[in-house]
Amino acid sequence: MRMKTIAAFAAALLAGTSLAASAETITIATVNNSQMVVMQKLAPTWEKKTGNKINWVVLEENVLRQRVTTDIATHGGQFDVITIGSYETPIWGKQGWLTSVGDIKGYDYNDVFPSVRSALSEGGNLYALPFYAESSFTYYRKDLFDAAGLKMSDAPTYKDIDAAAAKLTDKSKQQYGICLRGKPGWGENMAYLDTVVNTFGGSWFDMKWNAQLDSKQWNDAVTFYIHLLKDYGPPGASSNGFNENQALFATGHCAMWIDATSGAGMIYDKSSSQVADKVAFTAAPVDVTPHGSHWFWAWALGIPKTSTKAEVAKDFIGWATSKDYIDLVGQTNGWTTLPPGTRLSTYENADYLKAAPFAPAVKQAIDTADLDHPTMNPVPYTGVQYVSIPEFQAMGTTVGQLVAAALTGQSTVESALKQAQASVTSTMQQAGYTQ
Amino acid sequence: MSHSVAKQRHPVAGIIAWVVALVMFFPIAWMALASFKTEVEAVQTPPLLFFMPTLENYRAIFSEANYLLFAGNSVGIAVGATLLTLIISVPAAFAMAFYPSPRTRGLLLWMLSTKMLPAVGVLVPIYLLVRDAGLLDSRTALIVINTLSNMPIAIWMLFTFFRDLPKDIIEASRIDGANLRQVLVHVLLPLVMPGIASTGLLCIILCWNEAFWSLNLTAHNAAPLTAFIASFSAPQGLFWAKLSAASVLAIAPILIFGWFSQKQLVSGLTFGAVK
Repeated sequence: MRMKTIAAFAAALLAGTSLAASAETITIATVNNSQMVVMQKLAPTWEKKTGNKINWVVLEENVLRQRVTTDIATHGGQFDVITIGSYETPIWGKQGWLTSVGDIKGYDYNDVFPSVRSALSEGGNLYALPFYAESSFTYYRKDLFDAAGLKMSDAPTYKDIDAAAAKLTDKSKQQYGICLRGKPGWGENMAYLDTVVNTFGGSWFDMKWNAQLDSKQWNDAVTFYIHLLKDYGPPGASSNGFNENQALFATGHCAMWIDATSGAGMIYDKSSSQVADKVAFTAAPVDVTPHGSHWFWAWALGIPKTSTKAEVAKDFIGWATSKDYIDLVGQTNGWTTLPPGTRLSTYENADYLKAAPFAPAVKQAIDTADLDHPTMNPVPYTGVQYVSIPEFQAMGTTVGQLVAAALTGQSTVESALKQAQASVTSTMQQAGYTQ
Repeated sequence: MSHSVAKQRHPVAGIIAWVVALVMFFPIAWMALASFKTEVEAVQTPPLLFFMPTLENYRAIFSEANYLLFAGNSVGIAVGATLLTLIISVPAAFAMAFYPSPRTRGLLLWMLSTKMLPAVGVLVPIYLLVRDAGLLDSRTALIVINTLSNMPIAIWMLFTFFRDLPKDIIEASRIDGANLRQVLVHVLLPLVMPGIASTGLLCIILCWNEAFWSLNLTAHNAAPLTAFIASFSAPQGLFWAKLSAASVLAIAPILIFGWFSQKQLVSGLTFGAVK
């Protein structure tokens, strides 16, 4: 008996020593959104289980991109896990900046939405694991629609949206028919506007990478977008991004809002939204084609090639994007706060479906967002609200600024698109895509 | 008595000063107010002036981030860089003021011109240098960068203070038997102390507010309060109230420090201005 006790004690000691010896500290760079804050709160569960420690570096989205790009490009090696989007992942993977994460033992890859896996892959290799994914859809105020005798379609067209916005705008009561992104930036006004251009039949480039921004489709799409915001939108719309519009909608100033599905949790939460019991959801509007009418975006966790603790980092991202983690969030933080859009099992979870009535609409939007066929006519790129080339970030922001100038009346749509066409053409020539 | 005379003399100037002060103070006051609102109240339109204050944002911040680590780094970096700046700048300014060469003016202008270069233009070379020195995410790197960045301003300020002193004072001290070190330490330094104090205070404020290099060269261990504020800005969701609370916590120490040292700061900045 005594021998057994000694042996058990020695085994426990050895196990403890081995845990302490293999314990590592990893540094994770992330953005400060509600899902990531929850991840930070729950991370001690993983730390306790593995004996490893985490240092968090939380940065604003654009600062994070610049910071991580500098570190990876110069092989600084300051981060072991980074939060990246579906735009950067394939580009950085192709450049050899990221470690492939398709080989984690016991990880249920088949439960991840195929479209999400595809968005985070390049050349057949998975370069990041999805933390949450989103598409875009239409939020609307059911009470205002009922009072005006309107009925929102399950598949609205932009003509329907135009008519409803006209009827529901009452600027004297600070009630605006529609709220849309106007703040310039490739991830702000251009994210939404690209979906309008796509569904109006336009595209950024033809199959030979020639810019198409001076096309009729672009002109029609931008003119329509500016008409919606000028006639039915809130004042100062060129300063409104996702956050500002979410606040306007949550405080009852917008009858409709077309934006990210990830905003639904907050809008549906009574503690943060004054319209929680008056909101309803439907698909993103379409015009001549459904292709590219709603976007796709995923925040994912990747491992820079420069990390010296890739195995520990893999263990962490495997845990933070697992079904068990999603269940843990639901049990400890509430089912409406689950990281959405990544796993098929999330949408089979009865607790989640009961707590989040918007879940089926989100799933449908993500399921039908086709990154590989984002436009009516064939194009040489993937990505709905972005073009998956490294040059797009700068181009998108430049065009976003020109569109914002047209929105504020500093220039006309024709002039803005002419300048945009010249700028994009020049960038593509310099980058060697065209002669 | 003289105070009331001054007031009678410049009533318009007084009003303008008050208006300017209130306009400048308004964003800080609004930020402080927002830090005691809920996230929904903070984004309400029209803005709420009367509301039930809450400490929830401060509670959330203290539970999410290690404020003392960030504050300690800010103090260490600001004090370290300021001391190093003064140790190098005082003798440099003294030499330029009392023993000028034909190149002194050009040198001063060249030093100032380095401030015109946008920091992002040298991000990659500086990052590589810091990486190779093994100083990424260290307070030492930020102390050195802040020292180099503030030195042109410090030398310029100290140069003007030294220049305004009568040159004969050195000669008189030397006749009395003092050596150069004794002249500098016992005669000149006491005379320019208000100038050194105001230069030091300005350097501390500049270091405290520096964000670009702090965000780019630190990760966890050496991140100061500017990185702390940045961590509460969110790409999605409401965050204004929390961001305001984080900003209040970040500026509070320097605001209190500035309040107690305002006399020295103003007297130093106006030193030699009214002659």
